[in-house]
Order: sequence, then C-alpha cells, then structure tokens
Amino acid sequence: MRNMLILGGGTAGTIMANKLSAALDAQEWQITVVDATERHYYQPGFLFVPFGIYRMRELVKPRRQYLPSGVKVIISGIDHIDPAKKSVTLANHAVLKYDYLIIATGADIHPEQTEGLMDEEWGRSKFDFYTPNGADRLAQFLKTWQGGKLVLNVAEMPIKCPVAPLEFLFLADSYFTKRGMRDKVELQLVTPLSGAFTKPTSSRVLGEFLERKGISVVPDFGLARVDSQEKKLVSWDENEVKYDVLVSIPTNMGDACIERSGIGNELNFVPTDKSTLLAEGMQDVFVLGDATNLPSSKAGSVAHFQSEVLFQNILEHIDGRPPMAHFDGHANCFIESGFDKGLLIDFNYTTEPLPGEFPLPGIGPFTLLGESRINHYGKLMFRWVYWNLLLRGMELPIESEMSMAGKRV
Amino acid sequence: MATMTIGTKTLALDADGNLANMNDWSEDVARELAVQEGITELTPQHWAVINFMRQVFAKEGDSPSIRRLTKESGIDTKTLYQLFPKGPAKKAAKIAGLPKPKGCI
Repeated sequence: MRNMLILGGGTAGTIMANKLSAALDAQEWQITVVDATERHYYQPGFLFVPFGIYRMRELVKPRRQYLPSGVKVIISGIDHIDPAKKSVTLANHAVLKYDYLIIATGADIHPEQTEGLMDEEWGRSKFDFYTPNGADRLAQFLKTWQGGKLVLNVAEMPIKCPVAPLEFLFLADSYFTKRGMRDKVELQLVTPLSGAFTKPTSSRVLGEFLERKGISVVPDFGLARVDSQEKKLVSWDENEVKYDVLVSIPTNMGDACIERSGIGNELNFVPTDKSTLLAEGMQDVFVLGDATNLPSSKAGSVAHFQSEVLFQNILEHIDGRPPMAHFDGHANCFIESGFDKGLLIDFNYTTEPLPGEFPLPGIGPFTLLGESRINHYGKLMFRWVYWNLLLRGMELPIESEMSMAGKRV
Repeated sequence: MATMTIGTKTLALDADGNLANMNDWSEDVARELAVQEGITELTPQHWAVINFMRQVFAKEGDSPSIRRLTKESGIDTKTLYQLFPKGPAKKAAKIAGLPKPKGCI
C-alpha cells in the first residue's frame, strides 16, 4: 500500500482528495486527509456576513461530507513535517509515513503580529471579517452603529483574496446608503500598496470606483502599531490615521507547522516551484493553494486552477515521468461592487486584469473589469458551484490556463 | 515605453518606472534612481540593503519583503523606513535596478 497524504481539508485539499480518489487504484493507494477541525467553511461568503447578506451558519458544512468515502480523514493538529524521513508527526505524536505529500494547510490571520492590534478593544472597536467569529461580531456591531469613521486597513501583503478589502468598502457604501445613514459614515482604505490594487490597469479602474463612491485612500501606509486608546493607526514613518471603527486585515501567515518543520519563508509560506507546484528542496512533496509562496492570488479559484495542474503532475510523477503541466498563475475573481452589481477580473502571472468579456469574446455573459448585475449573480451562484462542483473536483467550464479571448489590451 | 537618461545613456523603464533591463544597472544608475526617489545620498546602510536585495533576486528571482529584510539584513523596520521612506521594499527594489516585488496579488 502506498500513502498519499494530504495536509489540510480546505478548498485545495478537498479538491485534490476527490480528484486523486477517482484516479488512483484503491487496492494500491491509501489517501489520507488531515485537518484540525470538522467544519468546512465557504470562506468567500465571510465578506457578506457583516452586512447581514449571509449568516455564518449558512456557510459551513461537515468537512467529511465533501471527502470521498475511501479517503481516511484524521481530525488533528499537525506538529511537523519531516521531509528527510518522509513522515508527518501529528499533535498527538502519532507519526504518518507518506510516499507523496500534498501540503494544503492554507493561511490565517495573525493580529498578534502587529503591536497594539489585539487587545481588549479587539471585537469592540477593532474587527476582522476573515474568521467566523470576527465576521459575526462585526455584523452585530454594524447593526446598531450610529456612524463615524470606518477605516479598512491592510496590515501587510500578501493577504487571502486581495480584492476583499475593496469589496468590503463597496458593500459598506451600499449597506449604509440603504440604511439611510451614508452621510454619517466616512469610509477610508489604508493600504501598504501604492494604490487601490496591485496591477496598473485594475488599480486605476478600481481607484476610480472608490472615488466615485466617496471612499478615500491612504496609500503606502506601512502599519507599525495601533493605538487603541487614541484610536489611531501609526505607520513606520510616524504618519497617523484616526478611526472610530477599525476593520483590520491582519498579517496573513501559513500554518505554524510549516515553521516548526523549518520549511517555510518569513511568513510560513512554503517555497514552491511556480510552474510545477513541487516543493523546493524536498522529495515527493507538492504544495497547493494559500500555503505556497507563489506570486499568485491566495484565492479559491487559484487553488482550483492549480489543482488541475497538480493532478496531472502527480500522475506523471507516480509514473516516473517529469512533471509536464505548468501553472501560469491563473486567477479569476468576482468583485462585489455594491448595489447588487459586481466586476470580474481574470489574470495570471504575466497578464494583468484587463477589460473585456468573459468567457466568450463580445458576448460574455460576464464583463471583465467593468460593472454589471450578472457579475453579482455570478458571485452569488458561485456558492452553489463551490459545494457541488468545485470541491468535488468536477470539470468547470473555465480552463486552468488563462485565455486572452475576450480581453482588450 | 518610458526611459531615463543618465550621462549619455538612455535606459528603458517598465510600467512601474523600474529599470526594464536589470543589466543596465550600475552604482551610478542607483545614485540617479535614488535622487528621483528623493534620497540625495546613499549611505553604507542604504548600500547594505541594496546589495542584499540584489543577492536575493539573483538567487530567487524576486525581491524580498520588508519582513524578510528586517529578519535577514539585520536592519530593523523603523530604520528601513527612514532609509527608504514610504515603501522600503518597493523603493529599494527600484534603486537596486530590480522589478517591483511581486509578493502581492
């Protein structure tokens, strides 16, 4: 019996377990998935919770329900990986040997990395929406908030879902307008980036959206500390931004087991070959999704596109052939823009998000880098696609490799 | 495509205003780029950061993050911001003749 061990049963790990379970001979292979919790959250839905559009209980399902019956599921923390011995030690000291290892341990927020961010005001005047508790607490708070200055701060790049900060502000603009109190609320984005977003064309287009909605931007702000008493953010070069309510996207880091194993970078992300998805410097180890150090978005769509490449490469690898499939950094993100509209961006390592139609040139139905109602419905529909098609490793009508069709350069 | 002129040479720049061709870089070019970024004099500490950036890029194909600079170059974050105001990673990469660090999107 050979062991295919998958660390992490989130989006990336679940897709791989489903794909491999269908392809590998059950007489010959034992597939095992390790995850710390029984619950699988639909993370793209967290964004909507603070505004009462979704409730957290609508976004969670039992993890095992999405893993095939032949797959062994172990609910446990991971202590460390030992690539030399080809083994993984769990939190309870049990040791699992592997022939092939897939690291899909994801990324989480770490507010404790910033001085003064996590104190008694956390959950009172300072919130996150990247965790179930955080999003719930913020929803409760906003229900009765009378208005003031709401600052959305990105502490440090990279973050999961790099468009989420913008979407949060667009939805906030829509939410406070509908409640008839937009004039009592000031919205501001404070970001370490030089503009609204990272790439030139989308940064300009999204920057114009912010301006039109009356959302101001403080760029190039490297957050050094938060002063809860005076309710202000202080940058490394001593600039200050006051807030009444802080919505923080704290530093994102890979799992602590990566650090304990000594195989990660300064943020516990695993150095990964950007094309083949093999872990650098390790034998028979692959990395998938948010756990990688790749310069691609940390997002479910990316994990999905990567999974198709990785699936082919693992099968090649098992057959002793060099990995032939190449990941191009493809990402595809719906961006909620408020008032039941949305944008869509589609890009990869080398092609920035461009305007156009998707997936069919001239037809769409989705508009790229432009606002439309159908993009919003695409985003809402995606929750169904996620649970019923994507996690199960089914073919979606979008190629893993990015296409230039429909894009205007 | 945007360009910059140094002495008699015209150098191509990319969309971010960084050198399009890394091989165009020299210490004189670095000094000129620094002036454009509002840094009138490059001290030994500046050079330590610039050289560290170039070493990492040569080995790994991307420039290090601020967090890694702090961890491995031995210069703390506050000092990095004093040396390269606003965005040390972006600014030091530009002066070092490297593309804008990727680690974002």
